[in-house]
Amino acid sequence: MTFSMADMRLLTPHLVITAAALLVLLAEAVSPGRRKGYLPYLGIAGIVVAAFTTPGLFGPARSGFSGMLAGDAFAAFVYFILYAVGALTLLVSDAYLRDEGRDHAEYYALVLLALVGMMLMAGATHLMSVFLALETMSIAIYALAGFFRDERSAEASFKYFILGAFSSGFLLYGIALLYGACGTTEIQGILDAFASNRALAGSPMALAGVGLVTVGFAFKVAAVPFHMWTPDAYQGAPTSVTAFMATGVKAAAFAAVLRVFFVAFQTLHVDWSGVLWVLALLTMTLGNLTAIAQTDVKRMLAYSSIAHAGYILVGVVAGTPEAGAGILYYLLAYAFMNIGAFACLIMVGRKGHENTELDAFAGLGFKFPALGLAMSLFMFSMAGIPPTAGFIGKFLIFKAAVHQGYYWLTIFGVLNSAASVYYYLRVIVTMYFKPEPDTPVVEGLRAGPSMALATILAGLGVLYFGIVPGGLVDLAEQALRYLV
Amino acid sequence: MIPFEYSMGLSAVLFGLGVVGVLVRRNVIVLLMCVELMLNAVNLAFVTVADHLNSVEGLLYVFFVMTVAAAEAAVGLAIVVCLYRARRAVHADEISLLKG
Repeated sequence: MTFSMADMRLLTPHLVITAAALLVLLAEAVSPGRRKGYLPYLGIAGIVVAAFTTPGLFGPARSGFSGMLAGDAFAAFVYFILYAVGALTLLVSDAYLRDEGRDHAEYYALVLLALVGMMLMAGATHLMSVFLALETMSIAIYALAGFFRDERSAEASFKYFILGAFSSGFLLYGIALLYGACGTTEIQGILDAFASNRALAGSPMALAGVGLVTVGFAFKVAAVPFHMWTPDAYQGAPTSVTAFMATGVKAAAFAAVLRVFFVAFQTLHVDWSGVLWVLALLTMTLGNLTAIAQTDVKRMLAYSSIAHAGYILVGVVAGTPEAGAGILYYLLAYAFMNIGAFACLIMVGRKGHENTELDAFAGLGFKFPALGLAMSLFMFSMAGIPPTAGFIGKFLIFKAAVHQGYYWLTIFGVLNSAASVYYYLRVIVTMYFKPEPDTPVVEGLRAGPSMALATILAGLGVLYFGIVPGGLVDLAEQALRYLV
Repeated sequence: MIPFEYSMGLSAVLFGLGVVGVLVRRNVIVLLMCVELMLNAVNLAFVTVADHLNSVEGLLYVFFVMTVAAAEAAVGLAIVVCLYRARRAVHADEISLLKG
């Protein structure tokens, strides 16, 4: 096994971000005094440099490191989603961590290292590199979830850790069984094995392998009934980390799901689509129904992220390049609207008090017009109301499902989307139509220039890609052309 | 020479024990041990398959898995220590601040 310079070219963005992470750690150690306000921007600079090295990956698919890592348009597209997630997370974290007195270099370095794991996951073309990337990402995020070290943060981190380790056990055992059945763990190799040997699709070892891999991924994307960890982990973790987990982990995990299910298990579509059909329906319905019952906005957003995973699963069930492009679009749209919404949540909190109960939002729409406007925009987008990116994302996925004849699943999806309007609009109604209590819960906003910039960028993303989605959809379709 | 099916069966049993352990045991340290058991069951499966196929790949994967398991245990134990300092509890039923 030899590495050529062409292989290293595929790894350049990852190396740049790893270097940025190490630089952030080093910079804190050598900074004179306690000045470390520039650390997140050092990280963002690293992400920007990585972004400049990425466009070269668009184009014909290549594979490097003996088939471990792809350099194709699909990976490049997901990398850009992850850059947006990473940069927005760092922007949002800056003022938040300083206010909470936890602005340590380790946080920014861990975000960057988790980002590298996510990128490797999107580029992995070998089940073993999928697993290693997943662990690189997850281990960094376990630590991030517990970063505040108080009771809630530690509990969130522990629950995420145990269920995360449990699920990677399933994924890994599935990989071992597929290795036994197909004789290889390369994604292309598994496709060839299933395509050339019809009897393999009926072998118990192969089917158990496919099933266990499905369970492993279902845990990671928080699909019902493997979602139990999600609300607790999302609610207890620092809000900026919750935003990062909900968007980045989801994007990376679905990128790996697309590669594994659309390429490796392509010939088994009839077998797995039925299982995922049920998972998608359960995930959408349970996520939405439970979200309606929540009185805490942060926990409500956790359940809503489960519901969004359900919508994306509808696209996976459809299994066509069209659906894959819809999923990529949705992941980017979800990154903007979700990080934006969590940024608003961070702003209403103050040190030690998150103020994320729904009642805390009463009257905030008029007291802080900019916050009200931003939160309303993100809630509209999550509910899927035009002209926002959330609407286009759902439209693309449901359209692809209808083209494949999944009428019932689409109907359930649309009904779910309609039900979700209730709890998203409830936030807006509370902000504008409920009077503020006599003793105001939220007296000032935890907003700095970086927080404002992150919210504005997220808002512009939601609006821009909602009004002119054409270019992005073309790019996503181009990304899928090389995948399948 | 141990037959292929026997070793795979043993690894399935070990994996099952790990899964059941995570689901029914309540001490967080034991939970960590059960997760390790699952990963080691996978290692046994990799070695068995590698031997069966006469390929060296599976043996390499075992080293990957061992490394990841070590990293996971390091972070996991750190989280447990952090949790114990915050809550004075190592019993999973007592870790129930977040629910609803």
